[in-house]
Amino acid sequence: MSTDISIKKGLNIKLKGRAEQKLSTVNRSKTFAINPSHFHGIIPKLLVKIGDKVQAGDPVFYAKQNEQIKFTSPVSGEISEIVRGAKRKILSVKIKADKSDVFKDFGVKTPSKMATPQIKELLLESGCWALIKQRPYDIIANPDDIPKSIFISAYATAPLAASHAFTLSGKEKEFQAGIDALSKLTDGKVHLSVDGNLASFFDDVSGVTIHKVTGKHPAGNVGVQISKVDPINAGDRIWVVNPQDVAAIGALFLTGKVESDRIVALAGSQVQTPQYYKITQGSQISDIVNGKLNATKSRIISGNPLTGTAVNGKDSIGFYDDVISVLPEGDHYTFFGWVPFIGNNKLSMSRTFFSWLTPNKEYDLDTNFNGEGRAFVMTGEMEKVLPIDVYPMQLLKAAMIDDIEKMENLGIYEVAPEDFALIDFISTSKIEAQDIIRKGLDLMIKEVG
Amino acid sequence: MNFLRKQLDKIKPHFEKGGKYEKLGPAYGGIETFLFVPNHTTKKGAHIRDGVDLKRVMITVVIALLPALFFGMWNIGDQHFSQIPGSDMSFMTLFVYGALKMLPMIIVSYGVGLGIEFAYAIFRGHDVNEGYLVTGLLIPMIMPIDFPLWMLTISVIFAVIIGKEAFGGTGMNILNPALVARAFALFSYTGFMSGDQVWVTDAGVDGLSGETILGTLALGKETSTSVFDMFMGYMPGSVGETSVLMILIGAAILLFTGIASWRIMISSVIGASLVGLMFNAIGSDTNDLFNFPWWQHLLIGGFAFGMVFMATDPVSAAQTNKGKWIYGFLIGVFAILIRVVNPTLPEGVMMAILLMNVFAPTIDHYVIQSNVKRRQKRLIKLQKA
Repeated sequence: MSTDISIKKGLNIKLKGRAEQKLSTVNRSKTFAINPSHFHGIIPKLLVKIGDKVQAGDPVFYAKQNEQIKFTSPVSGEISEIVRGAKRKILSVKIKADKSDVFKDFGVKTPSKMATPQIKELLLESGCWALIKQRPYDIIANPDDIPKSIFISAYATAPLAASHAFTLSGKEKEFQAGIDALSKLTDGKVHLSVDGNLASFFDDVSGVTIHKVTGKHPAGNVGVQISKVDPINAGDRIWVVNPQDVAAIGALFLTGKVESDRIVALAGSQVQTPQYYKITQGSQISDIVNGKLNATKSRIISGNPLTGTAVNGKDSIGFYDDVISVLPEGDHYTFFGWVPFIGNNKLSMSRTFFSWLTPNKEYDLDTNFNGEGRAFVMTGEMEKVLPIDVYPMQLLKAAMIDDIEKMENLGIYEVAPEDFALIDFISTSKIEAQDIIRKGLDLMIKEVG
Repeated sequence: MNFLRKQLDKIKPHFEKGGKYEKLGPAYGGIETFLFVPNHTTKKGAHIRDGVDLKRVMITVVIALLPALFFGMWNIGDQHFSQIPGSDMSFMTLFVYGALKMLPMIIVSYGVGLGIEFAYAIFRGHDVNEGYLVTGLLIPMIMPIDFPLWMLTISVIFAVIIGKEAFGGTGMNILNPALVARAFALFSYTGFMSGDQVWVTDAGVDGLSGETILGTLALGKETSTSVFDMFMGYMPGSVGETSVLMILIGAAILLFTGIASWRIMISSVIGASLVGLMFNAIGSDTNDLFNFPWWQHLLIGGFAFGMVFMATDPVSAAQTNKGKWIYGFLIGVFAILIRVVNPTLPEGVMMAILLMNVFAPTIDHYVIQSNVKRRQKRLIKLQKA
């Protein structure tokens, strides 16, 4: 069963350095890390101390908000360091890895023959629960909820995004098992969105409603698809899972072991040969990128250039990220850089550059701000890149003044920060839309829950 | 370029926090960022950003204004000398004559307005905003050419302080600042802003007439201006408003770059046409304006200039797409309505835009409310099910 979703609004940002569909394995890191900051809003309570031995799948900390949600070690080894920041906030738990992993055994299971509480129990114990996120709020799902549906977007439209069909090739069985497990968690449907222009194994997945999606970014954002298929109302819960994480959940059931391996794209104009790599979650960035980048000053981003996090070599790759983007740092001045119709190496949705003449050109964009922050002046531009039935500028303003009622009326539940990433990009006044929406959502969690 | 950059870098520490002239930082920043797009990089949110910024947008609008400005300069000379028998001036002479009349107004407008903007930036400690780049050119373009400079100065001061900064500066104002300046001038110095003596330089002296078409029509006289002249702009009026052709070139630039709203432009023309048609259909024996062909309304007065450059000001216009349709339509309606039936004002465009500026937030409110209601209905339907 499949339906079509066609998105008209949006903007495709074509960047140089898309990953070639070639897979290598990176050398195993000596140290792995779990960073609580990767899990938005989670306050960690440690279950280990320095010197403790852990197996892959052993819990390292749990969430203060909900003790059931555990975060487990991706590898086996010894807890080597607990990095703390201001007010003793835990920034990172580092694990010195063994040469090869010893896995905690959760037992081989068949999800279709299991009851919902047992599936939940297994996901929580193994740390796989953290792979399931909820809308609204874009945080880890609450295991006590029953979502009205579950959405998986296998259509990647973000700049430099990894191809899900490629990262999951050979994992068809695991993916199906993951779907089987997830479908037990909801009374509603499991929705799988796929690239409408590309046939892949996703078309043969059973137990899901398939949506063939076409359109520009953010058509691949799960939030956009939800708004077209099953919009979120106040009080609703919808869960979302990334495709590779569905396969990881499936692997847990099929093998009884946690699956911490992921395939990530190393992409961007600063990467010498952009391609895919097999890594283990919690790997250090330097172990993935060393020797593969151009020498000029660059910014490493865990995630895509619109929504990712800037990292340095010592950080670990983001828990949910399947791409590392490396772009040139843009800390340079441009003489009279604001003169219209000049400087056509820059991409712009407005036609104040002639770059619109070359729609298929791949751009080598850097991280320059291209101006300064200003008050809201231009109108109508945000609506062009947000294919969700909300008024983005009005919602941003409501979020800026902490007006809970207005945010609710204007549809804050239907959006996630990533849906506003293109607004960050196109905004003439350089409005930090993702940041504003994240703060608005955090306020809603606090006040409404 | 490098030399300039080095000089700027040399003096920069004085203007930064803890420097000698720390307080003047915003002024330094205004000048530095005018010369160079700064080296700021993205700190949060998206790591890459669109090349467009407010400076680029504002300068594009200024570029769109230039055809009308240059034509207006020539027209100043042409309107003056064409009425003097026997004078046969070259194109350049007429242009230079007009330019010399116009430049002092532009300099005063920019000087005074930017002075206030810089002062506010320094006192409030925020960046100098670019909004005045456009306002500062619009103001002299919508004034009569012989408008005394001291009156212009006071109008600009009023517009920038009361019309804009009092609300919080660029992006926060309710009314279009350039029209605030014009409205202030009209009501404070009426004799210099309307009548048959002000629209051509030195009108009234040596028997020169300075009457606009609308002024003529309002007095119940026939206009002798041909439609071609109306379209080309060979007629008296505010400096920028006369040439529909030049304004359309500007409109093309604004629409092509996506800066101005096509919804407002189109809907205002629709609104004005409908009201014009209505008056044509009704007809009148006492008011000749009822019978003035509806489509010629679009060519005369400040209609074209107002719709392209003033009604589309994104800050004071409606902000939702649906709201823009309503807002533009009503501006067109009121502009012609005031023109035809209001005996005190021959031209209604300014008043129509200012009026709708005030109502734009109300229009938006109802448009957004329909979105809110849709969301609530969905919820109620769900709760019932």
